[in-house]
Amino acid sequence: MSQAVVQALVARFPGDAYDPYVGPGGDDVVFVRKDRIAEVCRFLKEDPALQFNLAPYVTAVDYLGQEPRFEVVYNCTSTSRGHRIRLRVKVPESDLAVPTVTGVWRGADWFERYCWDMYGIRFPGHPDHRRLFMYDEFVGHPLRKDYPLRGRQPLTPERDVPDLIRGPGPAGRD
Amino acid sequence: MSTHTPDAPAPRPPPAPLGSQALDAPLDSREMIINLGPSHPATHGTCRLVTRLDGEFIRGMRVDIGFLHRGFEKSCEAVTWGQVFPYTDRLNYVSSTMNNVGFALAVEKLCKLQVPDRAQYLRVIAAELHRICDHLTMVGAMGLELGAMTAFLYAIEARDLMWDRMTELCGARLTSNYVRVGGVARDLPEGWVEKTLATLDRTAELRDTIGALLTRNRIFMDRTRGVAAVSRADAVDWGYTGPCLRASGEPYDVRKAAPYLVYDRLDFDVPVGTRGDNFDRYLMRMEEMVQSDRIVRQCFQGMEPGDIAVRDFRYVMPPKPQVYGTIEGLMAHFKLVMEGIQVPAGEAYGYTEAANGELGFYLVSDGEGRPYKIGLRAPGWPMVASMPAVLKDALLADLVPTFDTFNMIGGEVEQ
Repeated sequence: MSQAVVQALVARFPGDAYDPYVGPGGDDVVFVRKDRIAEVCRFLKEDPALQFNLAPYVTAVDYLGQEPRFEVVYNCTSTSRGHRIRLRVKVPESDLAVPTVTGVWRGADWFERYCWDMYGIRFPGHPDHRRLFMYDEFVGHPLRKDYPLRGRQPLTPERDVPDLIRGPGPAGRD
Repeated sequence: MSTHTPDAPAPRPPPAPLGSQALDAPLDSREMIINLGPSHPATHGTCRLVTRLDGEFIRGMRVDIGFLHRGFEKSCEAVTWGQVFPYTDRLNYVSSTMNNVGFALAVEKLCKLQVPDRAQYLRVIAAELHRICDHLTMVGAMGLELGAMTAFLYAIEARDLMWDRMTELCGARLTSNYVRVGGVARDLPEGWVEKTLATLDRTAELRDTIGALLTRNRIFMDRTRGVAAVSRADAVDWGYTGPCLRASGEPYDVRKAAPYLVYDRLDFDVPVGTRGDNFDRYLMRMEEMVQSDRIVRQCFQGMEPGDIAVRDFRYVMPPKPQVYGTIEGLMAHFKLVMEGIQVPAGEAYGYTEAANGELGFYLVSDGEGRPYKIGLRAPGWPMVASMPAVLKDALLADLVPTFDTFNMIGGEVEQ
């Protein structure tokens, strides 16, 4: 879509923004080193030629079996320039802390909470670091690939209904 | 000479005259915590709002969501790509086809599929009809929340007419499942275009009635103008999209900024507000209904007969005579049902303009028949997240109407 954005980013952060490629549909994608993500985001937002002003959609992926295991993905948008870029940040299982970008965009708040809730990735510096969907007593992070599909953790005991199959069971289809 | 005895009470001094200062002096009050929800009828689903009140003013708020969380993403990772569609219907259940369209476009982005012209028109028609439904619901419910029950009844009548047309199109009234990867499920029924045009006429009448009841209504204006105003910079910083972003003055619409389907061939305007308050957010919806009406009518004129899906049986179910009559058709059907569409390995982010804003699907495929990851960017998410900041020092009575203009849909926000 706009190679200028990628070039500016790679030129500004050599080594920290690496391996740019053009994904399906012409999306620009860049890998970013974990420790520099906040600086990269601030640059994207504040550089007058880039202006990624809209709070990005942040999500995470669990590539179980690969190293590094996790990935946090930032889908950034500029409403004034109309361009987009996707930042992929590799997160090893041994160090699940990614610098928060809530200081850059307030709107990243709930997306980062979602990543903590569902994948167990921490965001040091986040102003309200709680689970988003699950309750505080919940153990584990449900969207991890090693969390069972039918894992159940009811807060109150469930009634026994004979014709209903209930977990916990292995992930996979019945 | 005094008639008072020493132990009688002294006469009370006359009260001080009531000046405006005395009238406006704040009462000493204690802050209290009021819990709204999770199953409060005005929260449209299950959303818990814990408010810290000073008298009637909201001094702090905490939004607690997740009571309707059904594990959308986890469930989708366990089924084939085609089987995800019924799950997407239940995200924004007022405008389900728009979720179908968003998901189908994201998968097609990954598959590098180009769907036929007619299918694109049909998708736009279904999506825009549902946009009208969504806005009608929001406008009607907003009137209801401010005490105008009548407007709600008109809105629901118009919405049900729309849903009747959707039923004829795809067989379901609420969870309309019309779009497939590679096209749409079926072509328009006989006489549907004429019926839909009549429905659009009737809906326009009802919409104008609602507008006449609300837009210049003194009570409605007093209760909505200047309430919960969000500045343009704040709206962008919070990540607002859709009508809420445009109400704040940022003219961003995915249909114009990155046109998908046939939106670049259609002539429509994007309304933009100035103050970003509840009234502007209401006006955005009213005007977008007019524009959607225009879009559907243009589609009826612009579309031509043709295929409604790609003729590639790796993605689309073959027609039934081929399934029953030829071995190739039977095999293609079997592979699609049992193994699912073989989406090439990779990742993509597909985004469309749904009724409440940008609906995004971040998809990761490992080359198998089931999604490796489906990330959902629900349009209402950033708006609900910003509520504590937007409603700080607002009146408690304005909480519910504001909640309504953000149009929180539990199905999509809580996944």
